[in-house]
Amino acid sequence: MLKPAAIVGQVILYGAFATFIGYFATSPKYHQIPDDVALIKLSIAHLGDRECRKRSAEELDKLPRNMRAPLECPRERSDIKLEVDIDGQPAFRTVMHPTGLYKDGVSVVYKRFEAKAGTHQLSVRMNDNLVKPGFNFVKEAEVTLKPAQVLVIDFNPDKGGLFFQ
Amino acid sequence: MNLHHTLRSNAQTLFQRIEEIFDVPFGGDNNPLRHLGAMALYFLWIVVGTGLYLYTVLDTSIEGVHSSIGYLSVEQWYLGGILRSLHRYSTDGFMLVMMLHLVREWANRHYAGFRLYSWMTGVPLIWLAYGAGIGGYWIVWDQLAQFSATATTELLDWLPFFSTPTARNFLAPDSINDRFFTVLIFIHIGVPLLLILAVWAHLNRITKVDYLPSRRLMLGTIGALLLLALVKPAVSNAPANLALVPPELRIDWFVLFIHPLTDFTSPGFIWLLLLAGTLLLFVLPLLPQPKAAPVAVVNAANCNGCSRCHVDCPYAAITIAPHPDRPGHNIAVVDAKLCASCGICAGSCPSSTPFRSQENLLTGIDMPQLTVDMLRRQLESALSRLSGTTRIIVFGCDCGADVKKLSAPDTAVISLICSGLLPPSFVEYALRGGADGVVVTGCRPGGCHFRLGERWTAERLTRQRAPQLRARVPDERLLLVSASTHDDLSLAQALLEFRARIATQASSIDRLPPYSRRTSHHA
Repeated sequence: MLKPAAIVGQVILYGAFATFIGYFATSPKYHQIPDDVALIKLSIAHLGDRECRKRSAEELDKLPRNMRAPLECPRERSDIKLEVDIDGQPAFRTVMHPTGLYKDGVSVVYKRFEAKAGTHQLSVRMNDNLVKPGFNFVKEAEVTLKPAQVLVIDFNPDKGGLFFQ
Repeated sequence: MNLHHTLRSNAQTLFQRIEEIFDVPFGGDNNPLRHLGAMALYFLWIVVGTGLYLYTVLDTSIEGVHSSIGYLSVEQWYLGGILRSLHRYSTDGFMLVMMLHLVREWANRHYAGFRLYSWMTGVPLIWLAYGAGIGGYWIVWDQLAQFSATATTELLDWLPFFSTPTARNFLAPDSINDRFFTVLIFIHIGVPLLLILAVWAHLNRITKVDYLPSRRLMLGTIGALLLLALVKPAVSNAPANLALVPPELRIDWFVLFIHPLTDFTSPGFIWLLLLAGTLLLFVLPLLPQPKAAPVAVVNAANCNGCSRCHVDCPYAAITIAPHPDRPGHNIAVVDAKLCASCGICAGSCPSSTPFRSQENLLTGIDMPQLTVDMLRRQLESALSRLSGTTRIIVFGCDCGADVKKLSAPDTAVISLICSGLLPPSFVEYALRGGADGVVVTGCRPGGCHFRLGERWTAERLTRQRAPQLRARVPDERLLLVSASTHDDLSLAQALLEFRARIATQASSIDRLPPYSRRTSHHA
């Protein structure tokens, strides 16, 4: 038979256990970003371009009939150069390398930026074939970010290249 | 190693002190800190049971997943809501006791030697538990789920395994579809199943496993969780919206603490922490350890294959096999890798009786470092030196209170590897050899360094377990005391009171007929 003191002790300890579980199950609260800040997510997965060469008629004749592709393309993909400016200031610069042992996979980037809520001038430039100079994809826009908004910078050739979402 | 030793010793002392505080209201058998493994299993069964109900009512469509769980908390609070809360709080309880169990086993140096297997198989459980726990939060698909899913995938993407960042799956509201939740459910069921399988492996080399804590402890725990579920029911946050960063979040710090930690540091740091921590846990038992004690040895000529040692061994180190010399008979076989060197087997052997007339006492199974023959010689020597009016023999345990401090002209002490090594017949032998009383002390209930030693000793001496103390031995001349390393004073006090009681009641307590094996051949 439990003594009254033991019962009281158990009640206190069970109560402390429940309180401990109950408190840390939801507290303290966590703020991932300050209240007046928005998030810009740069996330691109894109196959770099490659330099293909047109085969001559003589070269095609030497190939078996089932392998006479007019273009000879290397397996490797080009690195991709990417620049992001926010309000005219460089925010991010990178050269993305193709994945895969043979460097024939997509080049990827995933990056988060915090920006104060408000209007910003956003400029993104991308070159997916570094044999050629300059940037073959450019997206510039003035965006108005609300607090806690997530703006995604992505790339989709079917959507015209770089786009903001 | 010195730093590690200091840390571990301090942690051990701290744990023992807290356990002893908990012993006061709970007692050893109901002390949750002494049964952390069983508590973890209990929480796991609650999680599994409540999870089955939640699974039946979950709508895995993207529109329905949040509302179907939310319905439980609001409309069906009296059943589904409580079960959901129990599911969450039991998960938290599981995480808590799992980590306490890990720290306690480390503090008590329960990670090397015969415990190597249990330690090694326990480490992956931590990964599986957190994998299952974190995934469970995604199913609700509220703001917390969104935060955890994004944070987890961003953490995973730091590793060079994925050709495309997995975080791209949570970029925009249209990134996920119904199939995501179906897959998630399968993972959330599959990982716990793996966890249960891993728990089975973890417990595989332990006998008499406490799959559940005592009934009283279970009732108290479920009562506390039910009360918590009623006072503070688990509820969902607002539905996930990937176009917005969730505002202030009520995080479950038991499960999701890793996400804020990643934000405060970096994914690289977290992976370093996780992998280094895991590696450390695996390497810890492989570091130089104190030399292992000699293991139990079977004497084929004296073992009759009764299997009592096999039944009492806490680590399944003893099996019973056909006797090599006696057709139709069995013999105990010791697996040296599993043997804890506790001597509980020697205490269980019916041949371990000092009343045998052999000059060199041989038994069926024995400890080379303290054979029953040595024990008999120590006892006879101690009895011959005792003087005074109330002479007492104290059998102690190397892992419990320091009995050597009790040594006096009228008190002889013999410290054993474990109190479980003491064959009950030694108590009678001591009383018939001139002692007025015998004190047997071992660790507190549930506190045996080797497992079960203090329990088997108590059951043998109270005639509940073979080999039993013979009925002719008067109970008044025997005192059983549970005393840990910090209980020297209370043990001394118990001895003082025991001596006084025997002295005052000497005339009314039966005295066993004297026995000397040098003059008699029959007990």
